[in-house]
Amino acid sequence: MPVDVEARVIANTRLSQDYNVIALAAPDIASASAPGQFVMVKLGRGLVPLLRRPFSVFEVLRADGRITGLTLLSKRVGVTTDMLFEAVEGDVVSCLGPLGRPFQLIDPPAEAWMVAGGVGLAPFATLTEALLDRGVAVTLMYGARSDRELFYLDWFEARGVRVMLATEDGTAGDRGRVILPLERELRATAAERDIMIYACGPEPMLEAVANMAAQYNRPSQVSVERVMGCGLGGCYSCVIPVRDDRGGQRYVRSCIGGPVFAGADIVWNP
Amino acid sequence: MTDLSVQIGSLTLANPVIAASGCFGYGIEYADVVDLSLLGGVAVKGLFLAERQGHAPERIVETPAGMLNAIGLQGVGVHRFIKEQLPELRRRRAVVIVNICGSTLDEYVELARILSDTEGVAALELNISCPNIKEGGITFGCSLAGTFDVVSAVRKVTRLPVIPKLTPNVTDVASFARASEDAGADAVSLVNTFLAMAIDVETRRPSLSNIVGGLSGPAIRPIAVRMVYECRNAVKIPVIGMGGIASARDALEFMIAGATAVQVGTANFVDPFIWTKLLEGIRAYLTRHQMPRVSDLTGTLDTSTRD
Ligand SMILES: Cc1cc2nc3c(=O)[nH]c(=O)nc-3n(C[C@H](O)[C@H](O)[C@H](O)COP(=O)(O)O)c2cc1C
Repeated sequence: MPVDVEARVIANTRLSQDYNVIALAAPDIASASAPGQFVMVKLGRGLVPLLRRPFSVFEVLRADGRITGLTLLSKRVGVTTDMLFEAVEGDVVSCLGPLGRPFQLIDPPAEAWMVAGGVGLAPFATLTEALLDRGVAVTLMYGARSDRELFYLDWFEARGVRVMLATEDGTAGDRGRVILPLERELRATAAERDIMIYACGPEPMLEAVANMAAQYNRPSQVSVERVMGCGLGGCYSCVIPVRDDRGGQRYVRSCIGGPVFAGADIVWNP
Repeated sequence: MTDLSVQIGSLTLANPVIAASGCFGYGIEYADVVDLSLLGGVAVKGLFLAERQGHAPERIVETPAGMLNAIGLQGVGVHRFIKEQLPELRRRRAVVIVNICGSTLDEYVELARILSDTEGVAALELNISCPNIKEGGITFGCSLAGTFDVVSAVRKVTRLPVIPKLTPNVTDVASFARASEDAGADAVSLVNTFLAMAIDVETRRPSLSNIVGGLSGPAIRPIAVRMVYECRNAVKIPVIGMGGIASARDALEFMIAGATAVQVGTANFVDPFIWTKLLEGIRAYLTRHQMPRVSDLTGTLDTSTRD
């Protein structure tokens, strides 16, 4: 059951000119949320912007064994993300959540490969923690424009996550898209190994990952980001075409039917 | 005790606050967030006879103090609604107003027949005003004869309250309220969205896949208030007002202009917990103004000349 919290900003860390991580005192949402779920965020009571915007829960914050809040990983692309970038300690952010269907977790001996593009890194911190708790080996394949836009590498490495990088300008890892290390690993991995591929990032990347996973007979779960009005299934704006059992397709609301879908279920070119 | 009840034809609503069609799913999506029985009514998402896919995304875009939508009435169709959603709405004791859409006059009549034979439907709202689909709907709503015909045809086959929902995309909305009243409507509701458009100037592409869409939200409120005022002066049947209501103050504004009840759409997207706030705000206002009944507020606009 989602709650609406007027969450105080605990800290706001700028990672670059565009990226920031904002920590919010929303322990109720943080405790209830599962990896892959999101919150709908609004700053202030004003009419511009009017609608809330969806953000994946990035980290769950703990102090002295208690959950104290959550963070959001944000990239400036519009009014709300500008406001999130500029927000200072003590500001209040209206935070509705947790919402949506989370990632399905796996158990050993299955291994998890997480494929992230840019700000699509966001759902993978909590997913990593949940998977490591279950003893699952975790790999992160992370792509961005350049090494200046790769964040939290230490966070993942400190937890024993195997990290592979790709940058469009070649400043770290493979030069090109994150699909390059994914394909290389898929080719080099014995068919008997049980792998689940998780992906979050721009839709063309998700399509490429889902198709490549299918090509190598691997299951995938992708977290999509569509323009969302309400986050609760009220407006039917965030739909994505999904295969139905009669060989056709239907539009599914990504807020309540997702944002996580089986990669094989999505019709990428309707 | 403040009496919040209002009368729409033969239907008594516990209070004047109704969830607007298309902005509240089928109602059950919100059952975890709000007690549906606390609302005056729930106008469910527009239903055709058959299931519909709706338009391709992008389906919405935000605009200053509002939003455009071209959902294209994606929906499960009336039969699945009756089987899958209505029982749960009844279990939650929601007052269900079914918003119906047809491509032809016969489809409205068929829908009205089916729903009249169904337990648990409180009223029919005739959507003759959706700006986003080519066939039917709006073609009735934009012609006085079409409005009269569809309302009288539905009137003949149902005892449920019939509430045509009017489009603001006409020159004189009051004449459409009058045509509805003449045809036997129990009330009219207005406004549906304003036909509008937004363009991404970088790509020079329309922001919506449907190119045009309907504008809703606070941006349209003053126009909607004016239209409710005009309709109130033109007809004796109740007027249900909506368009940009985001607070109790806004709801009261519509009632003073002449609305017997109000609907809230876009604001529910921003704050799904708005319902209790609206009811508390209305109650507090009535207490402050020593009005025992909310129905006494309707149409109390004071236009006497000031000195
Ligand atoms: C996303 C969306 C979907 C809508 N769908 C319907 C619909 O199915 N039937 C209908 O009669 N009106 C529909 N409307 C119109 C609303 O019910 C309402 O008339 C309009 O939005 C103005 O009210 P508001 O400013 O409070 O949203 C829709 C509006 C929106 C924003």
